[in-house]
Amino acid sequence: MVRLTPYVEIDGETITVIVPRAEMGQGVQTTLAALVAEEMDLDWGSFSVAHGAPSRSYANGALLVAGLPFAAYRETRLTRWAAGAMRVTGRLMGMQITGGSTSTRDAYLRMRRAGAAARAMLVAAAARRLGQPPETLRTQDGAVVAPDGTRLPYAALAAAAAKQRPPRRPRLKPSRDWRLLGRALPRPDMADKVHGRTRYAGDIRAEGMLFATVRMCPHFGGTLRGVDAGPALAIPGVVKVVEIGAGVGVIARDTWTAMRAARALAPDWGPASGPADTDAAFGAIAAAFDRRPTVTLGRRGDVEAALGAEKPIEAEYRVPYLAHATMEPMTATALYGDGRLTLWAGTQAPLLARERAARAVGLKPRDVTLHVTPMGGGFGRRAEFDFSDQAARLARAVPGRPVCLAWSRAEDMSHDFYRPAMIARLRGQAGASGPAALSLDIAGPSVLAEQARRVVGYVPPGPDKMLLEGAFDQPYAIADFRARGYRADIGIPVGSWRSVGYSHNTFFLESFLDEIAAAAGLDPVEMRLNLMRGESARAAKVLERAAEIAGWGTPPPPGHARGVAFCWSFGAPTAQVVEICRTEAGIRLERLCCAMDVGRALDPGIVEAQIVSGALFGLSAAIYGEITLAGGAVEQANFDSSRELRLGQLPAIETCILQSGGKPAGVGEPATPPAAPALANALFALTGERHRRLPLHHAVRFA
Amino acid sequence: MQITVNGTRHRVDADPAMPLLWVLRDVLGLTGTKYGCGTGLCGACTVHVAGRAVAACQLPVGKVSAEVTTIEGLAAGPVQDAWIAHQVAQCGYCQPGHVMAAAALLARTDSPTDAEIDAAMAGHICRCGTGPRIRAAIHHAARQLREG
Ligand code: FES
Ligand code: FES
Repeated sequence: MVRLTPYVEIDGETITVIVPRAEMGQGVQTTLAALVAEEMDLDWGSFSVAHGAPSRSYANGALLVAGLPFAAYRETRLTRWAAGAMRVTGRLMGMQITGGSTSTRDAYLRMRRAGAAARAMLVAAAARRLGQPPETLRTQDGAVVAPDGTRLPYAALAAAAAKQRPPRRPRLKPSRDWRLLGRALPRPDMADKVHGRTRYAGDIRAEGMLFATVRMCPHFGGTLRGVDAGPALAIPGVVKVVEIGAGVGVIARDTWTAMRAARALAPDWGPASGPADTDAAFGAIAAAFDRRPTVTLGRRGDVEAALGAEKPIEAEYRVPYLAHATMEPMTATALYGDGRLTLWAGTQAPLLARERAARAVGLKPRDVTLHVTPMGGGFGRRAEFDFSDQAARLARAVPGRPVCLAWSRAEDMSHDFYRPAMIARLRGQAGASGPAALSLDIAGPSVLAEQARRVVGYVPPGPDKMLLEGAFDQPYAIADFRARGYRADIGIPVGSWRSVGYSHNTFFLESFLDEIAAAAGLDPVEMRLNLMRGESARAAKVLERAAEIAGWGTPPPPGHARGVAFCWSFGAPTAQVVEICRTEAGIRLERLCCAMDVGRALDPGIVEAQIVSGALFGLSAAIYGEITLAGGAVEQANFDSSRELRLGQLPAIETCILQSGGKPAGVGEPATPPAAPALANALFALTGERHRRLPLHHAVRFA
Repeated sequence: MQITVNGTRHRVDADPAMPLLWVLRDVLGLTGTKYGCGTGLCGACTVHVAGRAVAACQLPVGKVSAEVTTIEGLAAGPVQDAWIAHQVAQCGYCQPGHVMAAAALLARTDSPTDAEIDAAMAGHICRCGTGPRIRAAIHHAARQLREG
């Protein structure tokens, strides 16, 4: 096997493109592989794609940049400097993380350079062999071609090419010559997925395999005092009961037996630190408003004076905790023995997962081989390490036997790192053309603080942008403005949930703007456009397009109504119009029109799929999503108490992908934030009732 | 106990109460059939028993009296082709269940209405939001079937 760059390997006839980002379904492997293949002039389908081993050279710089407290639509010299500094830190911390819709943005240059470097090395090798200057050679379909038509396939040049020095700044193809990028390519993972051949981490099978499940303390921050293994061991097929931290694992000859045995146990749970119920959690969040703000961002003018001039419009909004509910509950497979650990896990952060698993079983990271498998959904959940650590510990209990760990759905719903519940207190002053003053006070748990503490052991200095993203950084010219965040440590684990802070703050801001529009008698689209035009022509264009395809200018049919929302997140300004209608069975989702400016669509088919996916994820959560607590434990255990939109309930979706040029934006998340406020605003338009709490199904009957 | 899966007869040494899902996955190593809920709520475990779509997590293996077909054994045909043509799958985890349900539906009718598709898919969840492409793929496959 010959390696030309960290991203290109040639083994005999087989060319492999290494894509060091995890496939959660978002098509990232397809797009990243296309970046390399484009520069190398590889034929689509003529090479294989692999995730590659965990490595620091694959660290994700864009993820850290996205964490900076600047509005993305205003890039200044300062933000660029800070971005550069953060990138370095990220490399040091070795974060090879798939998340924050950053994969494509991070890889856009890097992967093309890798492909171009590999191509240059192959051409140099061919030039030597043919005794011709490299400028006279061209590349086509996986071969170097000489002026006389002689073809030297890459495979035949690989060994010689590997001896060439990789060029530092290889020349990149101009985009007008692209053959793969900018087209909807068939995904290389598609056929396997359709035929059920894809092996997720829970589908690894090996000789002598055992199957396991876990039952962790149902109370957050709780412990395990002890457990009588007897009732589990009495079930035929149970091999071992293992205490692992704040819970118990059961190893058996099949998953069903392990799950039954785990239920049969009566563990003695120790005291917990989390709240007793949902009311207590919201009470503690509300109490944060009485303290000093943790972070203030976007301050302009004198908001207090402006709000004091007349009685302001005031409202309080609330959103619940949300589970990720990936279709595949947490799984991981591990084999321990002879001082080594082999781990198969669908992880969004392989370097850290390997390090954690090593620590969990007392090994060095270099003694751990991690195979990153495809994931049955990620949405941020698989950026955590609990499940891979557990698999490692369970495997250590039965050395030499591979252990396949599968969580039950109930375990998955009740032991997530949730999207935090949040409360927003908003005040605004309506002027002739919209909000003259706006103050957003937002309280809730800090994803940044908790995730950083879990991942790197400390909270990085600097403002907590995630608490306020979506609230302070939108392209609206409002003279007197301020967003304040109040961090509340509640004791329910929180983590990244598709679009993170935008997922709640967009609901607050975009619903409240709708309230102001209604109070001032303004059209919600016109009002936003007026606020936007001076700030960002890109944003205004996106909103205009969404309104246009939704037919905003023409009144909806009787019994129908429309709502609009906008959000600029992950580099992609996005606008949505949701149309609903009244039916005998309840409110029906009729249509969702979404316009998104992605900068450059590297694969329009995948971008479209992600827009639809993100919007439906947001709608499903807005209508049904919630995690509640009683007796210190999560009440939802399965898809009956936690519902999802079904096929027959989905709206017709129309998308419009705008490409204003420049770098490609992240597309996995930006369609999620506007869905909830667009729907809530449509409900207001239809019924005159303002919905300030999610999920909506408590107050509205949906068909 | 004996069951026939994808045309092969297997002797299975398992508790007859064990759901077919886990016999397929853990005993026979047929991992294309997925666990999503274990309670008949998500459709990820859908297989065919005597040609009908059934939730394998709800069927004790001891009660299986007819031939079982899983995604691995489903004859390649217009359904999978349509799924590939429409590039339906994202994470893919729900897709074997959806494909099996669609194949069972299209075996009953080659011109399903949207309402019939909704009904056939009502027991299925896709967290990746592939629903619109699933519908398009079913119509596409139906067209292929009608046109032969
Ligand atoms: S696993 Fe059988 S329906 Fe969900
Ligand atoms: S494709 Fe991921 S759950 Fe359906």
